[in-house]
Amino acid sequence: MLTYLAHRLVLATITLFAITIVTFIILHLPPVDFVTAYAAQAAASGTAISPAEADAMRQAYGLNQPLYVQYWKWLAMVASGDFGRSFEYGRPVTEVIGDRLWLTVLLSLGAIVITWGLALPIGIYSAVRQYSIGDYVFTFLGFIGLAIPNFLLALIVLYFGSRLFGLSVGGLFSPAQQLAPWSWGKVVDLMQHLPVPILILSLAGTAQLVRIMRANLLDELRRPYVVTARARGLPEKRVIMKYPVRAAMNPFASTIGYLLPFMVSGSVIISVVLSLPTVGPLLLRSLLSQDMLLASTIILLLGVLTVIGTLLSDLLLMWIDPRIRLGRG
Amino acid sequence: MSDIAIEEPLVTGAESRVAVATQRQLIWWRFRKHKLAVISAVIVGLFYLVAIFADGIAYAPPFDTQASRSYIPPQPIHWFTAAGRFQPQVYALKGKRDMRTFKLSYAPDASEPRDLVLFGRGYPYNFLGLIPTDIHLFSVSDGKPQDALFLLGTDELGRDVFSRLVLATRTSLTIGLVGVGLSLILGVLLGGISGLQGGWADVVIQRVIEILRSVPTIPLWMGLAAAVPASWSPQQVYFAITVIISLIGWTELARVVRGRFLALREEDFITAAELAGASRLRIIFKHMVPSFLSHIIAAVSLALPAMIISETTLSFLGLGLRPPAISWGVMLQDAQNLQTLGLAPWLLFAAIPVIVVILAFNFLGDGLRDAADPYG
Repeated sequence: MLTYLAHRLVLATITLFAITIVTFIILHLPPVDFVTAYAAQAAASGTAISPAEADAMRQAYGLNQPLYVQYWKWLAMVASGDFGRSFEYGRPVTEVIGDRLWLTVLLSLGAIVITWGLALPIGIYSAVRQYSIGDYVFTFLGFIGLAIPNFLLALIVLYFGSRLFGLSVGGLFSPAQQLAPWSWGKVVDLMQHLPVPILILSLAGTAQLVRIMRANLLDELRRPYVVTARARGLPEKRVIMKYPVRAAMNPFASTIGYLLPFMVSGSVIISVVLSLPTVGPLLLRSLLSQDMLLASTIILLLGVLTVIGTLLSDLLLMWIDPRIRLGRG
Repeated sequence: MSDIAIEEPLVTGAESRVAVATQRQLIWWRFRKHKLAVISAVIVGLFYLVAIFADGIAYAPPFDTQASRSYIPPQPIHWFTAAGRFQPQVYALKGKRDMRTFKLSYAPDASEPRDLVLFGRGYPYNFLGLIPTDIHLFSVSDGKPQDALFLLGTDELGRDVFSRLVLATRTSLTIGLVGVGLSLILGVLLGGISGLQGGWADVVIQRVIEILRSVPTIPLWMGLAAAVPASWSPQQVYFAITVIISLIGWTELARVVRGRFLALREEDFITAAELAGASRLRIIFKHMVPSFLSHIIAAVSLALPAMIISETTLSFLGLGLRPPAISWGVMLQDAQNLQTLGLAPWLLFAAIPVIVVILAFNFLGDGLRDAADPYG
């Protein structure tokens, strides 16, 4: 168990390190360095910064020193929570991102919960009632879910939502609550707006997991121990739920680590289409306007949160699966 | 056990056929049983035919803008003439401006029917990029289809949606192929090293794959794609996007290749070849590769739709291919907001080939994967 934990921790650390390097590369990819871009932006908006100020910024980021020095300086600043200023908004990056990061997390976690909540019963049903009408319907829906890219589904829902029902499915708050400070009313408002994006986000994942669950459970149901249990006169519900479902859930549970990055990716896209106040639209805007400090911070934070989430899901898996707990996983 | 007489196996006609069949025949028989996969193979084939002959199938010049033809809804084909004779026709459109709202509205003018002809004349292009011609699969009798034929309507700039969709098919399908090609090289190389060499190389490559799979890909792609300089030509952008997509997409292929190498290493016929003194390269290319080629093909056909989705998503966000390049994602970008969709819902037609192709590739891949191991 300890080796498993240590293994996971080391891997998470290496992943974090890799993410910081990639983020650093993205930060430096544009041909013009971000301080020059910032100075140009400031000059254009009439609040020109003096060359001395620009030089001070360059100094702080070590822009005239070798790349590895720049990397360490940047890493040290980021680690202390200083992500720099956004050029476009003229405010610290953390302020611009604000609540958006947590709404992204909420959306992704909500989608994972719904994915599991839907995939588990549907998978069990499809396996137990193999080749029934319900099984065919779910299989068909599953294929559709796999074939429609997230953003397309969001677009179609947006169109038909407004066309047929006159609903505006975009956004996460109603106009009245948009700028209001957090209150109970705003939370309720958020809860009313969350289901549609969460359902869109979870469709593809659900389709995948139903297929995995169905296949796993079908394999288990053919095992002799199931026949034995039936022969002994156990009630059908117990025959299925007690052992085969639990055994089939193990490979199912291990997919959670890959589900989170998948959901975070998806949330970025559908947020752009449905104009949700998550980091998605902000990332797109900042990339298009080359606001690199903002963009790289968002990519870094998304990566870090995903790694932490994956680590937590590994711990969860350890708790579910005794084989891992006993060191044979 | 020696006292049990060995029974003569009962050989029926079908079984003897199976017994002497080659690997390729077995795979084909197994594949044929998966009806959906066979249909999907035909659909995928048709799409690639469209991609090859795109210029000939499109009837209107895909880049020519015409402000006066902006947002024309799809126009029906009239299959019979006014006299009741079978002759597909289209009516020329007459634009009329509503003087109250200043909105331009179009009405088909039944007094000016144009005959629809197969292999008629249209805009000039190079057939297969080589032979200059102006023959198109279908056109109208007066050789100016862009004035009368609007199968799927026009976009904001008055460009014909059908013709653009046909050319977009070429871009989107080939970017998938090129991307898979690059991932395949990376996947086979790294997966092969991982599976054959084992040891620390295997550990390192496996960890890299794990790291790549635990990072959200879309923000990464967006970050990398946004750095493609605006001054690059469409061809350069096309190549850059393909590289970015395949840099992250090779992991699944590498996993399959490694798995196959690991499984094959234990097989008796490989040991036999080793004992017979075959060189390492000979074992790999003569004995191992042929026996897992079918698995690779199946994995490729499952990786293709993922590539196509990636390109479409990036282009849709405005970070992938950029106009004047046409791909499904670029076309869907025009349909991004509700106002446009309300005004011109036919722009969503570009979503249909995306969904159809991805479904077809998924079924095809499923069928191939089942058939890849015909003894299972």
